[in-house]
Amino acid sequence: MGLKNVITRPKFIIYSLLILALLFLPRILSTFNLILFEYGLTFAIAVLGFNLLLGYTGLLSFGHGAFFAAGAYGVAMIAKYFPGLYAMEILIPGALLLSLIVSAIFGFLCVRHTKIFFAILALALSMLVYALVFKFYHITGGSDGLYVKVPHMFGMTFEGTRRPQFLSGIYYYFLLGVFVGSFIIMKGIVSSPFGKALQAIRDNELRAELIGIRVRRYRLYAFIISGMFTGLGGALWSFINGHVTPDVSHWVFSGEIVYMTLLGGFAILEGPIIGAMIFTFLKLYAMGSTEYWMFIIGLTLIILVLLLPTGIAGGFKKLADRITG
Amino acid sequence: MISRSPPTISFSRYLLANRNSKMWIIYILNGLYFAALIFLISLGLNIILGVMGILNLAHGSLYAIGAFMAAWTVIALGKGAPMFLIYPSLLSGVVIAALFGLFMEYLLIRPMYKRALEYQLLITFGALLLLEDVIKMIWGGEAYYASRPCDVLGTCHILGNPYPAYFLLVMIMALIAGLLIWVFMFKTKVGVMLRAISLDREMATALGLNVHKMGTFAFVLGSALAGLAGALVVPTTPALLGFGMEPLILAFIVVVIGGLGSLKGALAGSLIVGQTRSIGIVLFPEIELALLFLIAAVILVAKPQGLFGR
Repeated sequence: MGLKNVITRPKFIIYSLLILALLFLPRILSTFNLILFEYGLTFAIAVLGFNLLLGYTGLLSFGHGAFFAAGAYGVAMIAKYFPGLYAMEILIPGALLLSLIVSAIFGFLCVRHTKIFFAILALALSMLVYALVFKFYHITGGSDGLYVKVPHMFGMTFEGTRRPQFLSGIYYYFLLGVFVGSFIIMKGIVSSPFGKALQAIRDNELRAELIGIRVRRYRLYAFIISGMFTGLGGALWSFINGHVTPDVSHWVFSGEIVYMTLLGGFAILEGPIIGAMIFTFLKLYAMGSTEYWMFIIGLTLIILVLLLPTGIAGGFKKLADRITG
Repeated sequence: MISRSPPTISFSRYLLANRNSKMWIIYILNGLYFAALIFLISLGLNIILGVMGILNLAHGSLYAIGAFMAAWTVIALGKGAPMFLIYPSLLSGVVIAALFGLFMEYLLIRPMYKRALEYQLLITFGALLLLEDVIKMIWGGEAYYASRPCDVLGTCHILGNPYPAYFLLVMIMALIAGLLIWVFMFKTKVGVMLRAISLDREMATALGLNVHKMGTFAFVLGSALAGLAGALVVPTTPALLGFGMEPLILAFIVVVIGGLGSLKGALAGSLIVGQTRSIGIVLFPEIELALLFLIAAVILVAKPQGLFGR
């Protein structure tokens, strides 16, 4: 443990400095880029959860958009049906509860399987959410989606505040706080005995079972935790976007979550965060510069898979290892 | 049919009230028609899955490419083209889908053979994004509608109900394609080799089969089947951007219901999906897709590997 402390201390200092620097970001970036950065932060929380499943449990879910949508629609539905409860301290637990329910149901069905069957099943189930959200338009707004207004936060109201002002003000710090909190919690989860058990399952399912790990139950727990993190990302995303549409539950969005994770590198805890940030900026600038942005995204994805399979963080790590010998 | 219903009640209520009329045959036929198309798509998907162990997320795009190409050819031939030219011209969709499949396999899938599942799935996802925009580049963003093959055949009467004859033709075509695949898989040497690979890849390699070559073949065959489905559907519905998304999801449900890589499963699954959709659209239009998932979930809880899964 003593050795580990020495190794992790510089990392801790670097992260602290980084977060301190991020506190001053609203003064540096333009509002446009800051909001884009906030989008990136919400996706980062979502992929952090996704990576618990992919990187640490070895299950590839192509249906995490459903949990993202559960979080986002949790917020939007409370806004529509319980306007009196429209405060951040109620919205976030509400969204978490909804994504907990959805991921528990899906997890129950999915964790019996692994590999491709798991991926298809998660994908198909997420399309169930899409179909329901799309069809029940009198409840969920259908393809028009639902409007999310600026929420109350801890007794403060923002009546008359315009959204960009709200987003570049207090909401940024709140988001940053939640992000740091989720990162620390996730770090705790993956270094806990539970996290180690998950990694044992990923590396060798049979061996894990033989040493007494209840494989299916642990997978279910990982699935639920993963879904809740993604739901939290979705809930926070809905305030920035101001508008929730069924698109986030479509499996193409789930594919984008997978893409972000691989772009950053799923073998490292921090990797997906980097991936989410880069993807957010890449997608928006690609969309801004050409009509064929999907072509660019698809092409980068293919090149990435072919040439840099460990992702950006993995590439850097390899480079650092080579330099330090 | 619709005009006969009084304007105050909805179409589905009207149908419910007139359940005893001979309309049911139309729903069953519609269900068979859906099933025929989904069968072709999921059959291709399943062949690729079985032989190569790769789930092709871009399969729907190949279907869309087939549809666009077939529609484009029929439109390009013009209104004066004779009958015997129009129907074979639909096959252009099959050819182009097979060609795209060949390129895709060669450029993208082949380097992925030894890689982990995540990468295989992700590269086909990349191909999906890429192909969606390639379709946009080639055919533009507009809808392609080639209804002539459907119009020429007219309607026939089944138990007193008018029904487009083209739909029957699609069912027959799907049946023929399915039979051919079955004969090919079970009666020819190449088919036996393909099945051997899907049963035990390592053993097949040890016996000296050229697994890569067979993989290419399976991928092209699967793509051609997707293209065939696209070519057959385009006389009845216009080809639009994002055309392949919904059938792909239905094909996934079929795979889940029927079992991974099983041809029997593809048939049974697409019949269930087709009939559920056709009846669901009439009786419960809002939860028609949800109903499908419910059935899939029940089957999965009872038989986790699907109906015919190994």
